[in-house]
Amino acid sequence: MASTPVPELRSKIVALELDGDGAHPAAWRRASHLPGALLGGGRIRETAQAADIAGFHLATFRDSRVLDAGSTGIAGRIDAVQRAAFAAPLTRSLGLVPEAGTLFTEPFHVATQLASLDYSSHGRAGWLVSAANEPAEARSVGRQALAEADVLAEAADVVEAGRRLWDSWEDGAVIRDAATGRYLDRDKLHYADFDGDRFSVKGPSIIPRPLQGQLVVFAPADLIPAVEADVALAAAASVDGLAAAATASAAAGTPRTLVELDVVLDSRGQSAAERLAELDAYEPWRRGARYAGSAAGLVELLVELFRAADGVRLHPAVLDIDVPELAAQVLPELHRAGVAAPRTGTTLRESFGLPRPANRYAAA
Amino acid sequence: MSTHHRTAGNGQIQFGVFFQGVNHTTVWKTPESGSQTDFESFRRVAQTAERGLFTAFFLGEGLRLREHLGRIHDLDVAGRPDAQTALAALAAVTTNIGLVATQNTTYNDPADLAHRLASLDLLSGGRAAWNIVTTDNAWTGANFRRGGFLKHEDRYIRAEAFVQTAKAIWDSWADGAIAGSRDAGRWLEEGSITPVRRTDASFDVEITGRLPRSSQHHPVLFQAGDSPDGRDFAVRNADVIFSRHAELEDAKRFREDIVARTLKAGRPADDVKIFPGQEFILGATEAEAEEKHQWVREQQVGPETAIAYLEQFWGRTLTEYDPDGPLPETDPIVDVTNPTRGNAFHGASAKELAAQWRAEAKEKGQSIRQFVAARSRLNGRGLVGSYDGIADKLAEYAHTGAVDGFNITPWIVPGGLDDIVNELVPRLQDRGVYRTGYEGTNLRENLGLRAPLTRRASLNSGRNGAGLTESENVA
Repeated sequence: MASTPVPELRSKIVALELDGDGAHPAAWRRASHLPGALLGGGRIRETAQAADIAGFHLATFRDSRVLDAGSTGIAGRIDAVQRAAFAAPLTRSLGLVPEAGTLFTEPFHVATQLASLDYSSHGRAGWLVSAANEPAEARSVGRQALAEADVLAEAADVVEAGRRLWDSWEDGAVIRDAATGRYLDRDKLHYADFDGDRFSVKGPSIIPRPLQGQLVVFAPADLIPAVEADVALAAAASVDGLAAAATASAAAGTPRTLVELDVVLDSRGQSAAERLAELDAYEPWRRGARYAGSAAGLVELLVELFRAADGVRLHPAVLDIDVPELAAQVLPELHRAGVAAPRTGTTLRESFGLPRPANRYAAA
Repeated sequence: MSTHHRTAGNGQIQFGVFFQGVNHTTVWKTPESGSQTDFESFRRVAQTAERGLFTAFFLGEGLRLREHLGRIHDLDVAGRPDAQTALAALAAVTTNIGLVATQNTTYNDPADLAHRLASLDLLSGGRAAWNIVTTDNAWTGANFRRGGFLKHEDRYIRAEAFVQTAKAIWDSWADGAIAGSRDAGRWLEEGSITPVRRTDASFDVEITGRLPRSSQHHPVLFQAGDSPDGRDFAVRNADVIFSRHAELEDAKRFREDIVARTLKAGRPADDVKIFPGQEFILGATEAEAEEKHQWVREQQVGPETAIAYLEQFWGRTLTEYDPDGPLPETDPIVDVTNPTRGNAFHGASAKELAAQWRAEAKEKGQSIRQFVAARSRLNGRGLVGSYDGIADKLAEYAHTGAVDGFNITPWIVPGGLDDIVNELVPRLQDRGVYRTGYEGTNLRENLGLRAPLTRRASLNSGRNGAGLTESENVA
C-alpha cells in the first residue's frame, strides 16, 4: 500500500468519538437520560443518527476489555464492533470505526467481525487498532501481559494477519457458475498462512473480501510505523503541540493524519469554562489537548490545524450538549469556509481519498 | 400421546428461521437466489420472519472454509458474515424476533464471548441467544491462537466449563449496580461486581464482568448435540434444543427422552424447549408442492455435487463416473473416510460404508444423484405439501406436544420464507396453534421460559422481582 501514491484529500475529515455520554468522566451527570438507559440500542441510535445527520465523516467507538472501576464515571461499555454494527443500518454516510484490541484477542475473529461490519455498513467500516497491554485483560483470557518490547510487534502481526485475511478472497471469488456447478472460483481463494512469533493463522477467511477491499485502518501515532495503518491519530499534551504532532506523523509516511482534540463549548447561556468547572468538580478531566470556548473559536482553531493535519477527531465533553453545538455552529461553518464537505464518498476509503487497494494475492 | 408430551407442550407451534449460509441445501443457481453475504439478504429474511411472528432468527458458524480432497470446496454456497456482528446490525432493524448466534466453545475465550453475547442482549433489548457448539479438530484450530487439538471426549468438558464461566460472568453484576440518578456519588456502585475466578483443566482465568444483565437476565441458550453426552449437556445447561428429530413419531420419542433427562437433572419437565430443524416445501396444492419438491432436490444435488459427495468417502476423484448411473464398483482408496472438512462421518471404515451404500442404492434402483439426494436430507424429506395440508399436520404436532416449534431452513434466500409467512402462518392462526402477536418483548418471554437456572433462587426469594415474567413463577 505504501507504494501507491496517495490521491488528494477533497475534504478535511471531522471525526467524532461517541463513547458513553461523552469524554468527560462526569458526562453522565449532564446526559439527557438516566444512567441505567445508557447501555442499550436506543442510545446508540440517538447518538449515531445525530452524528450522521450533522455531517460528521465518521464516528469512532472506544472499547476496553477491562472494567474502568477507578473512576466515578461510566464503567460499562457494549462491545464496540457491535455498537458500530447496530449503527450501520441506522445511518447513511457516517463512517463507523470501532476500536478493537490486538494483544489478547483472536486475530481471526477480529478480522471477520470487521469484514462483516463493512458489509452491514455498505463499505463504511474502519478499524481503530489498540494495543493496551493490560495484565487484567491478559488474566481474563488465561495469559500474561506481553514483555513491553513485544507489544508493537504483536499489534503489527495482528493487523498484518487481518489484512491478509481480508485479501484471502479475491474480488469476484463468488462466481455462481451454473454450467460447472461451481459457486466459488477456488483459484481466487488464498491461504493467509500468517506465521508470527506468538500465533499463526491459516485462512482463508470465512467471509468474502470486504466491500472496500481493505477497511480503513486507524492507529495511534505511537503504534506507527510498526502497524500498517492508513490513518494516524496524533495526540499532544496541549493544543499548541497538535500541529507539530501532525507534521511529524505525516513525515512518518502514514497516508492520513487526524489530530486528537477534546472539546467543551459554550452552550445554553453557560460558558465553556463554567461548564468545565462544574464537571471537574465531580471528577477532574485529565487528558490531552483541549479546546474550551466558543464555537466560532473552535472553527478558527480547526482551520488552523487543518493546515498541518488531514482532519480532527473530536472528543466532546458531553455528547448531549456539545454534539448539538458542533452540529449547529461548527460543521456548517467548516462547510461554508470550504475546508470540509459533508459527504465526499460512498465508502469510508473514498471519504479519505484512499484508492481501493489491489489484492496482494491477485495475479498481476 | 403420553403425559410427558402434555406436560411439555403448550398446544402451540413456534417458528425459527435458520439462515445457513454454508451448505449444499441452499439453491443458488436460479435468478431468485440472492447474495449469501450482503446485509440486505439478512435484513429481508429477518424482517419477513418478524412479519410472520417468528420466535427466532438463527445464524450458523463455521470457523474454517470447507475443503474437499485437500482443496477449497467450491460447489456450495459459502462466505457468511460473523454471526454476532450481523445480528447486532439486525437488532437495529427488528423489534421482537430473537437473534441466535452459533458460537464455538473451543475457539473462543469465555471473557470475550460472554461479553459479546451480553452486548448483543443489551443492544437488542433482551433478544439474544447463543447456540452452543463445540469443535474438536486441529484443522479448524489452525486459524486460532490456541490452535491444537481438543480431544473428542474433552469437547463437552470444555464446553460445560465455558458455559458455567459465561453464566458466572452474566451473574457478576449485582442488581442495582448502576446509579439510579445523575446525582449519585458514582455511576457504578462500589463493590457491586463479583469477579469470576476459575481454575480447572480447561481454564485458568480471572474475569471482571463488564456489563449488567438485560431484561431477560441471560442470553437464551440453544444446543444441538444429539449424542447421549450432548443430550445430557443440554438438559444441564440449555433452554432450547435445536434437534434433528422432526418426523412426528421420532419427535415424540425424542421429547420423552429429553423430558426424562430434564426431570433427572432436577428441572421441571417443560424447562427445555425443542425445535427440530426442518425444510418446508409448500404449494397451493399437493401436486404443486410435490413438483416444487422434485425441482428443489434436483437443484440441491446437481451432478457435480453428487459426485463430490461420494468422492469425500472414496478419497479420490470420481469424475469418470456418470452421476445418473450406479454407484462406483471400485472400492475407496482410503481405509478411513476423511470427508469434506466440516462434515459428518469422520473416521468411518470407507470400504464398509461403500459396500453398504452400493447395496442400498441397488436395492432402491437409485442413481448416484438420486442416492445422494436421498442421503443428504437432514430430516427425511422435509415437510412437503399444500398450505392447508401442512397446517393440519403442524396442528397435530402442536396437539401432541412433540415439539415446541420448528427451526425452518429455507431452501432459497432471501425469498424462502415468503409463502410460509403469507400462506401458512394465517392458516395456523386459524387453527389456534400459532401466536397472533408476540407474548413479550424479550426472547425468554416469547419462548415461555423461566428465568435462567442460576437466577431462580434469588428471584424466588423475592430479593428482586424486577423483570420477572409470569412463566418464571411456574414451578
